[in-house]
Amino acid sequence: MPQISAFDVVGPIMVGPSSSHTAGAVRLGLAARRILGEPVTHADIGLHGSFAATHWGHRTDVAILAGLLGMSMDDSRIPQAKELADAAGLQYAFQTVDLGDVHPNSVRMRVLGKENSIEVVGASVGGGRICIYEIDRFEVEIDGSYTVLLARYKDQPGVVADITRILASYGINIAFMKVSRKTRGSDALLVAETDDPIVDDVLELVRQLQGGIVARRLPRF
Amino acid sequence: MEITSAAQLLELCEKQQKSIPQIVAEYEAFLAITTPDAVRERMAEILRVMREAVAGGIDDQGEYAHLVKGYGQKVYQAKEKGRLVGGDVFNTAILYALAVAQHNASLGRIVACPTAGSCGVVPGAVLPVAEELQSSDEEIIDALLVMAGVGIVSASQGPISGAEGGCQAECGVASAMAAGAIVYLLGGSGETVFEAASLALQSHLGLVCDPIASLVEVPCVSRNATSAVTAITAANMAIAGIPGVIPYDEVVVAMKNIGRAMPESLRETSIGGLAGTPTGKRLYREMRTKYSLDN
Repeated sequence: MPQISAFDVVGPIMVGPSSSHTAGAVRLGLAARRILGEPVTHADIGLHGSFAATHWGHRTDVAILAGLLGMSMDDSRIPQAKELADAAGLQYAFQTVDLGDVHPNSVRMRVLGKENSIEVVGASVGGGRICIYEIDRFEVEIDGSYTVLLARYKDQPGVVADITRILASYGINIAFMKVSRKTRGSDALLVAETDDPIVDDVLELVRQLQGGIVARRLPRF
Repeated sequence: MEITSAAQLLELCEKQQKSIPQIVAEYEAFLAITTPDAVRERMAEILRVMREAVAGGIDDQGEYAHLVKGYGQKVYQAKEKGRLVGGDVFNTAILYALAVAQHNASLGRIVACPTAGSCGVVPGAVLPVAEELQSSDEEIIDALLVMAGVGIVSASQGPISGAEGGCQAECGVASAMAAGAIVYLLGGSGETVFEAASLALQSHLGLVCDPIASLVEVPCVSRNATSAVTAITAANMAIAGIPGVIPYDEVVVAMKNIGRAMPESLRETSIGGLAGTPTGKRLYREMRTKYSLDN
């Protein structure tokens, strides 16, 4: 059993009322905002299971919007997220969705910015902890405890080696890595969780590799 | 370094001739790869947020809450007018615990302790006692480290969520944590800390988690106040020399087993208990219709 930290039982510092339905929901929205890498202009948010059933009581919808606006789970502006979204020109819509046999506190966020768009699916798994388990229809497993480099590319030999070489040359240690693709030669996604932050130069070098790589990073959160 | 039970924590204190707060700060520093001073600084931030939440919950009217509105103000006014019986510490505990729990229900910033649903218990019980004793912030931080120590041994041996253990695992554990902190403020020994924790948790055994309409409001908010008062009662009993008889570690395991024996309808599903009463069900239907995404 993992050892219990004092701040597992005293904390987190968060905006109420629920660590899983409010604090975790803020973090899910914030994760989507950070993966997008720019301010969100449009968001289509599908709430699944317990999120759909009790969102109004725990303000799960407001919490997700707050996260999409870039707020952390202890931000006292969370209650005003809808007004702040309107002021920021963020257009949003919520709906109930059935995502199948997934965690009951799941949400699917389709978000657009001026440059990019992304679809993120994740769950709030208790005590404010979250897990992102799908990005752009690729299976992932990201809980925010590591910095993440995401690289979307066309499946071909050498890309993984190129990317890991760039990381190595900046002294960035890879803790975990996963490569997946839809079919051979089609879209592929590399997810590298690293011990060290991904600096701007690394992101830029990965983007300059052959084959139109879409690279994003998600800092620890 | 490992802390998984009260017996182990007390043995560490004995062996190293250190107090519970010292050992807990060193343990946390070891886990988080930091220094005991940094741990104390983080606990100081916890104390700041707890105090802000008390003030926030007395000031605000529960604007974003559905059912619990103005609870902090109501008790504050009644207390100011001298309409409440009992000593000042007890009534301040009721006020602070309600204020923080209402602040949580109304999208205020709180410290989950051990959970958001039970966030009012520790500030509710500990801060009024610290004010009465005119404890310094450093003393309160020590007491909060003791409280964290009780929390660590609880979470190591039993559940701390209503979904697993019912309210006894949330408000019950919170009350035990608070009782331990109060004993420390009163100058009690490490053993007495856990006698108080044992007495406090014993008074919560069997308590189910049956919130109306899936909200963290009724009966959660008022239970925060009764659990805070129970913590002070347990601490006073322990200081007076009343034993818990059953060691705290064993009470936690009993709590876990009781939680396992509880039907799912009484573990944060809003199906049984108060949630399943005609009024509970009516309130749920009304709110669900009002706030449906598909409207």
